[in-house]
Amino acid sequence: MSVELPLSPEDVNEIATILDGSSYDRLDIRTSRFRLRVERSGEGWSQEWSLDEGAEVAVAATVSVSTVAVVPEGLEGVAAPLPGTFYHAPQPGAPPFVAVGDVVGPDSVIGIIETMKLMNPVHAGCAGRVVDVCVDNATMVDSGAILMHIQPA
Amino acid sequence: MIRRLFIANRGEIAFRVIRTARRLGMTSILGASEADLSSWPARDADEVVWVGPSPSPQSYLSVDAVIAAAKAARADAIHPGYGFLSENAAFARAAAAAGIIFVGPEVSSLEAMGDKLMARKVGIEAGLPVVPGGEAADKAQALVRANATGFPVLLKAVSGGGGKGMKRVDRVEDLEASIDMAMAEAQASFGDPRIYVERFIASGRHVEVQVLGDGETAIHLGTRDCSIQRRFQKLVEEAPAPLIPDDKRAAIETAAVNLTRHLNYRGAGTVEFLVDAETFDFFFLEMNARIQVEHPVTEEITGVDLVEQQLLIADGNRLTLTQDMVQADGHAIEVRINAESWADDFRPSPGTATHAAWPTGAGVRVDTHMPSGGVVPPFYDSLLGKLIVRGATREQAVARLTAALDVLNIEGISTTADLHRAIVRDPRFQAGGVDTRFFEGLTHG
Repeated sequence: MSVELPLSPEDVNEIATILDGSSYDRLDIRTSRFRLRVERSGEGWSQEWSLDEGAEVAVAATVSVSTVAVVPEGLEGVAAPLPGTFYHAPQPGAPPFVAVGDVVGPDSVIGIIETMKLMNPVHAGCAGRVVDVCVDNATMVDSGAILMHIQPA
Repeated sequence: MIRRLFIANRGEIAFRVIRTARRLGMTSILGASEADLSSWPARDADEVVWVGPSPSPQSYLSVDAVIAAAKAARADAIHPGYGFLSENAAFARAAAAAGIIFVGPEVSSLEAMGDKLMARKVGIEAGLPVVPGGEAADKAQALVRANATGFPVLLKAVSGGGGKGMKRVDRVEDLEASIDMAMAEAQASFGDPRIYVERFIASGRHVEVQVLGDGETAIHLGTRDCSIQRRFQKLVEEAPAPLIPDDKRAAIETAAVNLTRHLNYRGAGTVEFLVDAETFDFFFLEMNARIQVEHPVTEEITGVDLVEQQLLIADGNRLTLTQDMVQADGHAIEVRINAESWADDFRPSPGTATHAAWPTGAGVRVDTHMPSGGVVPPFYDSLLGKLIVRGATREQAVARLTAALDVLNIEGISTTADLHRAIVRDPRFQAGGVDTRFFEGLTHG
């Protein structure tokens, strides 16, 4: 699965330097394997690489998603603001942020989504009562997945 | 002679190692998780081996999975990059047991420096000054230690490092709760609840020294300043550390070499110090027994390929570089471009970089794995790439950095490019010599 890129970073620098002394603004190289654009940008130069589309592209988030597609009428859904692992509690063994029956406000933290090694709080987004927790603890979710249902106040 | 090199990492550092391996005529084998099979490093490597499903614990952090993949690929050596298993003694042992060279220091060095409390002890043995503070075996001892050290204090995880798991405590009233939290987090993050206490030095600069050792000889390749940090994570690094008197700089470099020799250290490493911004008194913090993210700034001013040095040393060679041969010339600055939104409190932004134009040209180096159309998976860290500039002087480097940041244009995901544009505009940055309080004083542009 090797795509030998015959141009090293030093080569690209040299291309930009050569072009800089010329009246050309852009060099566009396309091969069956890659495309490189070196272009004048203001006072400087930019490099933009694209890889060949033909090779199989991995589906970036091969996640096992637990999503509830439709929010029951009369309820509000709390959607995941970004993809990651949804946790009910601040750390393992601690009590969950909220349970069914709890009253929440728009800024109440109802869980954490861990993504890219960072913990991101999820806020309820509306005032009301938690009626349903839709996603199990430590489940990977997509952005937009419905995590909880809230009965608005 | 290492002929087949397995790279047990991903992203920009995987690409970086492949580049040097290729130059040295080695076959590069990338161990890639599911999510990284079509990444740019995967396309560039000579061979790719699947190491597991996307989540790190099942792939990049799995000693068994990585060693099995390296064995199946008939690798001579494994380069662990940084993070993941790069400082994991069990991993280094498993590689040795499998008859594969681990590109890194001896297990004894990994163990000595991996336990930050032991590293403090070893530092003291090697004659290095350390930050006032010490061991806190249990909560009661932590309280005693903190009160003795004086506030503010920093609570640190013994098995931590890389700026992770550190808590600042300003008042004695907050200490007990903070100790509880710190121990819980240390257990969760590193599997070891032990913490230790250090005095928090307010006006401090984070200055580190790049070292190389071959088990007998040790040399340094100068200083780096990494004081611009947010929550102990580095944002900007430069070499050499600016505005430090020559005699103080020499003392810091000598201390780093002394520690390296004391350990009979083999490989590339970085000795980190806290330097008082007024007096330039310095204190040993920790040693990172691996290649570091910010290694390019040292490479740019010395002309030394640190990955090549790692490979040569791992292959059993003595250092051919002597201290006199290392000549630093000019100034280099690196900024880390992360897939995070500054406006949203650094919320991570995984997704697809629909357009990725990186700067190029004289004095500009970009270490990235992100092309146009590249995917940032949600499973790993947020580093998209490193923009490194060099100049004959710091002023020229800062000017080049400003121009390069103007060219940088990434769309489709949020990045910290704007944050860095604000940093280069900041008069304190332009003057140089800032301390670790820099980030707090940055105005959101």
